[in-house]
Amino acid sequence: MNINQLTAHEILGLIETKKASPREVHDSVLRQIQATDKEVHAYVRVHDAAVGAGEAGAPPVPIPVAIKDNICVTGVETTCCSRILKGFKPPYDATVIRKLKKSGAVFVGTTNMDEFAFGSSTENSCYGPTRNPWDRSRVPGGSSGGSAAAVAGHEAIWALGSDTGGSIRQPAAFCGVVGLKPTYGRVSRYGLIAFASSLDQIGPITKDVTDAALLLGIIAGYDDYDSTSADVPVPDYTKALVNDVKGLKIGIPKEYFVEGIDPQVKQAVAAAIDVLKKCGAAFEEVSLPHTEYAIATYYIVATAEASSNLARYDGVRYGLRRQPKEERKSPLIDMYEETRDAGFGNEAKRRIMLGTYSLSSGYYDDYYLKGLKVRTLIKQDFDNVFRKCDAILTPTAPTTAFKIGEKADDPLSMYLSDVYTISANLSGIPAISVPCGFSQEGLPIGLQILAKPFAEETLFRIGYTYEQNTPWHKKRVSL
Amino acid sequence: MTKIAKNITKEDVQYIASLSRVHLQGDEVERLTKDLENILGYVHKLEKLDVRAVEPTSHVLPIHSVYREDEVRPSLQQAQATALAVEAHNGFFKVPKVI
Repeated sequence: MNINQLTAHEILGLIETKKASPREVHDSVLRQIQATDKEVHAYVRVHDAAVGAGEAGAPPVPIPVAIKDNICVTGVETTCCSRILKGFKPPYDATVIRKLKKSGAVFVGTTNMDEFAFGSSTENSCYGPTRNPWDRSRVPGGSSGGSAAAVAGHEAIWALGSDTGGSIRQPAAFCGVVGLKPTYGRVSRYGLIAFASSLDQIGPITKDVTDAALLLGIIAGYDDYDSTSADVPVPDYTKALVNDVKGLKIGIPKEYFVEGIDPQVKQAVAAAIDVLKKCGAAFEEVSLPHTEYAIATYYIVATAEASSNLARYDGVRYGLRRQPKEERKSPLIDMYEETRDAGFGNEAKRRIMLGTYSLSSGYYDDYYLKGLKVRTLIKQDFDNVFRKCDAILTPTAPTTAFKIGEKADDPLSMYLSDVYTISANLSGIPAISVPCGFSQEGLPIGLQILAKPFAEETLFRIGYTYEQNTPWHKKRVSL
Repeated sequence: MTKIAKNITKEDVQYIASLSRVHLQGDEVERLTKDLENILGYVHKLEKLDVRAVEPTSHVLPIHSVYREDEVRPSLQQAQATALAVEAHNGFFKVPKVI
């Protein structure tokens, strides 16, 4: 096995015992990118060794990391895969980047994503789609599809993504890797280009649960540059990596196993429940009665916040500027409108318009305010279940990776593919996706575990126990 | 119970586009009219819920009014801030004629 197919914790062991050097690790990743990324297209930018390397003197965690194109790195073009931000080189580091640099991380490159994280397939990128390393005719999921494909395709050891409605977990499931959305406020959003500020979280995409615990330990923590960051101590997450779920009570929401779920996904999740039962966890059927309203609520709340956050792209301070040839309204308004029409892709326009509609005078109460109220009901559903359960177990996505182009012309059917992941963002709770098998076509399936706010340790404990008793996290795609 | 069912017309889409500061071209108006109608049609399922007695949640954490000490910190310099601008002049951002 090539060194770039190993996990970060395995590589750290090799470096410690001088069996490998950070340089060799980085080179093996770069060789892989050179060999396969032309087809996979996980990256939109690949750096030379200079970015980030060696900043800490004797780096304790010199692991090659891939960064989603919506996290600011000083001097590195960061565009959210949108034409409107082409050429934008941030003059500052996101807090997670500052922390990674301090840890000695080696920045491999910037990964592809749906424009402004609007999508579930990485097809809405101004750089073109990413392909799933397991089957290149299929999407890697999204919006962090580039990060998930890079890790699955051995083009990075681990990666950062962002998750507003499932954008870390769903691509992790589609690509057969681990993806964690931390509790809202666990990781600083400073320097993450905003999509929906009350839902966005940065999180790790890794090859196993141990790596997810390690990487979260590096990036988590209070940050006074983010007023929504929580002043809660960061535990040593590696202590939660124990092969033992005895005494844990896990809820299975009945609303998650109804119409629309692929029988093979259902079967894989049922088998995972059996594994954890044998390990000593207690299971119970629970109800999240407002599940059927989650997608509608999300597409009100998230688009309203997005339309407001994206108002800043006005062609004045950075990015694209276009001026129409003929005057329509006034030179300034014409510039705004022409810039935004040329700079935003179809899905971005759709969401800005939807959000603007639900915030507009006469519709605010019926849409936006109503969405916020239903959000309360969805959050209460989880509060009720967590009064008697330590965790909830569900599929990550209702299907395996779909074909490129399959849902491209039907935005609503694309939105519906987020049905299992959206509620964690609306409620602010942490959730992880771990590989739990393959379909007959050889496509990865993901198992989602959810827990109370700031109970990431419970996710790691259950995920780690599951891994120790199953082979899925060791499967590597051959490229 | 409020009633939110309403058809989306091309005029609505033009109006929202103008609020959104997007100039739509070609078949964009037609396409967006259809898309918004489908998506809002789906969203209308929320009508079934009576939420009159429910408090809205705009933010999940119990964090309010975050303050910090009023200390001077390093921040972006004018030259850095204007360096990325499409057009800047003497440390200012330049925009098309306003009046």
